Amino acid sequence: MVKVTYIDSSGVSRTIEVAPGVSVMQGAKQNDIPEITADCGGLRTCSSCHVYVDPQWMDKLQPMHKIENGLLAFKETRQPNSRLSCQILMTEDLDGLVVRTLPPEPDEDAND
Amino acid sequence: MSESQRIIVVGAGHAGGTVVAQLRQAGFPGEIILFGDEPFAPYQRPPLSKAYLAGKEGVEELKLRPDAFYENKGITLRLAVTVEAIDREKKLIRLKGGEEVSYDILILATGSRPRRINLPGIALKGVYELRTLADADGLKSAIQPGKRIALIGGGYIGLEVAASAVILGGTAVVIESQPRVLARVASAPLSEYLEGYHRSKGVEILTNSQVQGLEAGKDGQVIGVKLTDGRYIPCDAAVVCVGGVTSDELARAAGLSCDGGVVVDIDARTADPAIFAIGDVTLRPLPLYDNQMFNLVSVPNALEQAKQATAAILGKPRPKPEVPWFWSHQFDVSLQIAGLPLGADDIVVRGDTSGGEFAVFYLKDARILAVETVNTPVEFMAGKQMIARKTLVSRERLRDPAVEMMDVAA
Repeated sequence: MVKVTYIDSSGVSRTIEVAPGVSVMQGAKQNDIPEITADCGGLRTCSSCHVYVDPQWMDKLQPMHKIENGLLAFKETRQPNSRLSCQILMTEDLDGLVVRTLPPEPDEDAND
Repeated sequence: MSESQRIIVVGAGHAGGTVVAQLRQAGFPGEIILFGDEPFAPYQRPPLSKAYLAGKEGVEELKLRPDAFYENKGITLRLAVTVEAIDREKKLIRLKGGEEVSYDILILATGSRPRRINLPGIALKGVYELRTLADADGLKSAIQPGKRIALIGGGYIGLEVAASAVILGGTAVVIESQPRVLARVASAPLSEYLEGYHRSKGVEILTNSQVQGLEAGKDGQVIGVKLTDGRYIPCDAAVVCVGGVTSDELARAAGLSCDGGVVVDIDARTADPAIFAIGDVTLRPLPLYDNQMFNLVSVPNALEQAKQATAAILGKPRPKPEVPWFWSHQFDVSLQIAGLPLGADDIVVRGDTSGGEFAVFYLKDARILAVETVNTPVEFMAGKQMIARKTLVSRERLRDPAVEMMDVAA
């Protein structure tokens, strides 16, 4: 088992253990971690599992697929360490990974 | 709402499972009871034709929430229970067996189910439909290396199951009565692309083909499909996937207005102020499309109406009008569709359909009404945003993939 820590937008930190091969998104769903809604269930389709990866882990991650990159391009909240958590599969190398979750932004399409 | 109040949700699918969680999250302090007729806590149906069927995901991954969630949140699950009637006057529901449970607010999330057609041989062994986990488990046993499966109906389910069968080493033949697959739900360029892609992966696609009946072997197992033009398609199993029907019987019997779905308003409320309806079962107005009424069968729609009902019940601000959207995955093709094409006067194809990365925009004058995207998330996200904002675009610039999406506005 490997550890993942999720820090939510109010600063609360939660650490869980998952089997290697489980995505950071799945780990969140299985452990009722807030702020990762994952509407599409992990298909690289909806971008509702957006997280910020603690910068020290960035170079250990698998490179981004262009579809993931394209979805993130439309997030006003995108930062250099933005990833879709459904696309981060846990490995021994990632044991101890830390990600920050964002408050939901349900109406980002609409004109304010 | 107070602690002494009770909300009953009937239907433990994606809509029902979502609304109970949202009600708690939004602070509803009273009792919540979720009734489902299947023996499972709410799970995701989309993978049943895709990752789950192809063996890439198990039951755990399907679950909408971990089992402990419901107990932790004080949500009572009553599974494998059939709700037989609603008594609106007494504000109670009646279960099979006679038990009555009263409600202050009732939310109907009874969903939809596969349309059944009356064909000779439809009840043979090896003939499936696909909606529930139990359906998927049955179908899984029929999809094996070397086995050939016939899909009756070339809609999304038919194409997704065909892809899953081929991924597992089987073969698949899609039988579609219309001149093209997805004829009622997608543009001609998209249908054409998907037909070509499936064929390149070994899926057989027969269009303009009417099924006459299914043939039985000696043991009562299906062995082939007979077409009206005399052709005979041998198969080891068949799936009937010819669209769905709304499961609105409870609402209709209770005298609620139904017209191909339970009629609700912008807050997901029926004409009875104590009864809401959400998800596949509803006929609902879409503000972005002049409040015309639609029956939308999709996960994003279930999530949206769950949000509307939660806001209305708890007196929170109404969610902003959403752009309906939908996805499908077939082999490695990621298909994302936003908006509704009703009333479009033109389509514009952006990108090269033969290259497997393109988008089809439906326009009315200079406004985008809908977009279908194949492996192009930027076009999807940008298109969805422009639909919401009613952005006016230049057709020439939209057609040219060298022009960035952010620069296609007129």
